[in-house]
Amino acid sequence: MARKRIVSAILNGTEQEFLCAPRQTLLEVLRDVLSLTGTKEGCSNGNCGACTVLLDGRPVDSCLVLAVETEGCRVDTIEGLAIPDQLHPLQQAFLENAALQCGICTPGFLMSAKALLDGNDDPSEEEIRFALAGNLCRCTGYDKIVRAVQSAAAPTSADARQGASE
Amino acid sequence: MTAIVNKNELKQLAAEPAAQAVYKVIGTRPIRHDGVDKVTGRARYGADVQLTGLLFGATVRSPHTHARIVSIDTSQALALPGVRAVITRDDLIDPKHRVEELGEGAVDIAHLSRNVLAREKALYRGHVVAAIAADDVHIAEEAARLIRVEYEPLPPVLWVLDAMRDDSPILLPDLRTQSIAGQKGDRPTNIARHFRYEKGDVAEGFKQAKVVIERTFDTATVHQGYIEPHNATALWNADGHVTVWTSTQGAFAARDQLGGLLNLPISQIKVVPMEIGGGFGGKIAVYLEPLAAVLSKKSGRPVKLVMDRASVFEATGPTPASHIRVKIGADAEGRITAAEAWLAYEAGAFPGSPINPGCMCVFACYDVPNGRVDGYDVVVNKPRTNAYRAPGATNAAMATETVIDEICEELHLDPLEFRAKNAAREGTRRIDGPVYSRIGMAETVEAIRNSDHWQTKLEGPCRGRGVASGFWFNAGLQSSATATVSADGRVALVEGSTDIGGSRTGIAMQLAETLGIPAEDVTPTVGDTDGIGYTDVTGGSRVTYATGWAAHEAGQDIKRQLIQRAALLWDVDPSDVTYEAGCLHGPGDKRITFRELAAKLAKTGGPVIGRGTSTHNKPGGAFATHVVDVEVDPETAKVTILRYTAAQDVGTAIHPSYVEGQVQGGVVQGIGWALNEEYVYDAEGRMRNASFLDYRMPTCYDVPMIEPLLVEVPNPDHPFGVRGVGEVPIVPPPAAIANAIHQAIGVRMRQLPMSPPRVLHEILARAT
Repeated sequence: MARKRIVSAILNGTEQEFLCAPRQTLLEVLRDVLSLTGTKEGCSNGNCGACTVLLDGRPVDSCLVLAVETEGCRVDTIEGLAIPDQLHPLQQAFLENAALQCGICTPGFLMSAKALLDGNDDPSEEEIRFALAGNLCRCTGYDKIVRAVQSAAAPTSADARQGASE
Repeated sequence: MTAIVNKNELKQLAAEPAAQAVYKVIGTRPIRHDGVDKVTGRARYGADVQLTGLLFGATVRSPHTHARIVSIDTSQALALPGVRAVITRDDLIDPKHRVEELGEGAVDIAHLSRNVLAREKALYRGHVVAAIAADDVHIAEEAARLIRVEYEPLPPVLWVLDAMRDDSPILLPDLRTQSIAGQKGDRPTNIARHFRYEKGDVAEGFKQAKVVIERTFDTATVHQGYIEPHNATALWNADGHVTVWTSTQGAFAARDQLGGLLNLPISQIKVVPMEIGGGFGGKIAVYLEPLAAVLSKKSGRPVKLVMDRASVFEATGPTPASHIRVKIGADAEGRITAAEAWLAYEAGAFPGSPINPGCMCVFACYDVPNGRVDGYDVVVNKPRTNAYRAPGATNAAMATETVIDEICEELHLDPLEFRAKNAAREGTRRIDGPVYSRIGMAETVEAIRNSDHWQTKLEGPCRGRGVASGFWFNAGLQSSATATVSADGRVALVEGSTDIGGSRTGIAMQLAETLGIPAEDVTPTVGDTDGIGYTDVTGGSRVTYATGWAAHEAGQDIKRQLIQRAALLWDVDPSDVTYEAGCLHGPGDKRITFRELAAKLAKTGGPVIGRGTSTHNKPGGAFATHVVDVEVDPETAKVTILRYTAAQDVGTAIHPSYVEGQVQGGVVQGIGWALNEEYVYDAEGRMRNASFLDYRMPTCYDVPMIEPLLVEVPNPDHPFGVRGVGEVPIVPPPAAIANAIHQAIGVRMRQLPMSPPRVLHEILARAT
């Protein structure tokens, strides 16, 4: 078995070093090495989006990324979305719009939605649906998820988003 | 937008007591109690369990669809460094045939044992043959590849009608057909059960008909498709006690299955239900739990097993493929005179398909004066089927509701008028016997008729509109709840129903309503099997009805105790104290609030704990009527859903947002079943699409907003009028979409899914 490597990445805003085997995915390292179990495993082959994290701001399926590839990268997970005393407006919108049922897909949807809103303040319903098409939800029928993202994208929420990222 | 049909608008229609009540908490939309944990990643699901000394497991699964297992050699795997235990059929007891009721279906423990770990034969591809525990999952997987299994392949049986032939290969040598009267057949067969229900004079009924339509349907195997794979972590402690942490729809059902499979007293097993990432019926039977337990016993360490996605498809779920013939006759006025159905459902490798509910649901929406239903439960070399949201009903509704559309076409009748005319009502006797209490079938038809969707004309080429109705029983069964009053005036609620879609909040709201306190003042927790009384599975749309009732009873118990405390405080007779809207009143304008009294419990006799159970069994049937607009691409035959409205009798919507969510989610599962989803098998019985990419459930880019119309016809047999709501929304979509496709392009679809190749085939067949 190949020797473990030390990888240094900026994890949720903080530089962090971790030890991993070359064959370990980012998903496995987040969950089993770093105990960040908020990122969920649904399929481990890039089809469900439950393990979505942001890699240098781009949404990726962490099951398709080897942990060693993240050397020097920014990795943002669900655990870093809320600032200590305040939920991110997307999290608040998901709660207020009842946009989750079982909740297993929710962290992935939130990270994909964050990536969308970071680059597009005022997405259309079509743009929201397109941006979230890589995330599967089997409970909600997507209606309330789309509405939650719409409400988080509304102008008042946009200001709060700005505040949360500062 | 969402609309709730106002209770006053339905005043003449609605049952009396509950409808008139004014609620403070019920009908509001508080933020769910477990919400913050679930949007921040803190909620702990089964795969998130971490324990000291934890080992990780892997399974060896049969590559064959049907094969005798000649030998299993584990020696190389055991020699691999880091491997701590390997188990095969020799490590599991061979229990006798014994039927265990699981709430939404029953299971024979001898069959379940063989399903969990293959004994004589592998009966489907993906059937577990061995399991390993090792220091990490990679070592376990490496060890799995080192286990040598010698198979003797047998001819597979892959379709229900093939399996029913006299010359079919036999899956289970000791299986005999059990007939309606309970007699057993005298020769080996793949037909496990035959059900028959009859009412009236069917031949005479068809004679009275002006139009008789008879059609045959085939539906494919589909999967529940929960996003969280099955998982289990078990610790078999040195004192013989077994603890299992798992994502399950029923902690007690899991415990009782484990008791049978491991031959342990149930009091020696504790099942801790973790948060669960979807189930839809597929997380009631155990798979990994007994393997993890036995691996733990052998290794002396806790063991975690998580299933990979391909195995979830190949070896869990699914809901049966089916072959159905339906014949319906109607007179010139469009009144049903007779109906007949013949249904055969694939049970998978072991008996137990939802054929019986399929038989009971097939004509359940209508007042059928003369009817006969025959149903067959048939084993084939596919994974053992499990409940899937209104199990058995969707297959049946596809047949009935499209035949009705043809009758309406023949008689030039509006499909809603036909449904209103024939709707089952209070007093209607179903073909299988039961007589309905107050139900809302007719009201759902009316709600669609009055909807903006129905009132708006659909225009454009290749577009069509379809309607269909559906029924699901709902279940009662057993539930438990305890509620502890805290000195700060809040209440800690422990209940036994694992929460898959926000149910702990719906239950907490009923307790809050009972006590006259805000929903936020109740903190609900789902208990483990040592922490709460027996509670049946989260299934059968029963939780808000039954566990809600148990919570209500716990609240009543608290009220009785608080009345005693206030009487003590005021030195008056308890009969002179009343409890109203969170406040206790006594003689001479004496008054103390719930919160004030809660602060005095320590000085008036100590803690107050309310307890409640429910065995009530009149959950009120659930009915739904849906309308859908589709557009069919004439060249590719791809069907696009343009608009969807779903009316449903929801009894009383406790938390309307989560009721809407059940409707919307069920509809989209139904759309997937209708248009895309199927197990694609090759001739050898290998599933060719065992991944989310190829199985292709609907994404949010595939569907529009789903508009729920919540019709509230309160269940007269529940303190708050609750009816189950979760399951029936999946029933009408395939038929409604089939009817819409017919209106769009003139072809009748009688197969599911109505995927582009199948629709195109019908378009081309019509053209020639």
